[in-house]
Amino acid sequence: MKFIKFILIFIILFSLSGVNAEDNDKRNKITKNLRCLICQGQSVYDSDSEFANSLKIVVEKKLQEGLSEDQIYEYFKIKYGEWILYDPGLNKNTYILWLLPILIFLIGGAIIYKSFIVKK
Amino acid sequence: MKNKILPFLVIFIFGIIFFIFYKGLEDSKIYTPDANTKKEIPVFNTKEFFSGENVKSSSIFELDKIYLLNIWSSWCVPCRQEHPFLMNLNLDNKLNIIGLNYKDSFKNAENFLKELGNPYQEIFIDLDGTIAIEWGAYGVPETFLIYNSQIIKKYIGPLNQELVNEINLLIK
Repeated sequence: MKFIKFILIFIILFSLSGVNAEDNDKRNKITKNLRCLICQGQSVYDSDSEFANSLKIVVEKKLQEGLSEDQIYEYFKIKYGEWILYDPGLNKNTYILWLLPILIFLIGGAIIYKSFIVKK
Repeated sequence: MKNKILPFLVIFIFGIIFFIFYKGLEDSKIYTPDANTKKEIPVFNTKEFFSGENVKSSSIFELDKIYLLNIWSSWCVPCRQEHPFLMNLNLDNKLNIIGLNYKDSFKNAENFLKELGNPYQEIFIDLDGTIAIEWGAYGVPETFLIYNSQIIKKYIGPLNQELVNEINLLIK
């Protein structure tokens, strides 16, 4: 009987810590993708400012309310604007940002093609 | 032919890069949010400062009245600077000034009000700063002008005479 109790306690303990770790992982991931707006070059995860600490609590609450990661990003985007996200979406303000690397890659490829392959 | 295009292309690309960086120099490095966009006020639950009763945000802000929500704290030095301006605004009685006490202890906040006066009609508490986040605030002090459940204007940082004049113009 004692042995069964022992095992039961173990199972419960381990299953609980598993849940916790998963939650923390998600919270950490989200806060790493949010910019601390009043700090310089820090994410919310890295910062210990009043603003960042409150934001961490809000993320935690939203996760408990059952919001998905994207929904939380959307929520903060409405409150604080696109700038709070480290990973900006593709829109009319950011299309150069997204298309420039592809453009440079294509131009570079063209130069290489012209100067090396066509020569042969 | 090919030798002519390549230098031109290089100069052209460097020209673009130079232009982007040069434009970037002119931009302010401090992020200023679009403070003028009209937004609906958020929904939240809070507690009344003196009585400690639970309050819903929908019961605080009535339609057709002008509200000034001020986020303040006793530990915040700029809040001390702007306090006289809030007291002045309160004299007109056209505005309903609402206080949101940010991450503060009751005792310190009470002493702050005793010392400098209480311009607020109602005060609510935000112990962990989450309500300020709901409002899209950055810290203390921050002030919101509200009419018909819409945020008309947002002031980040302490109020001064210039901003008080602006508020007086807006609420006329």
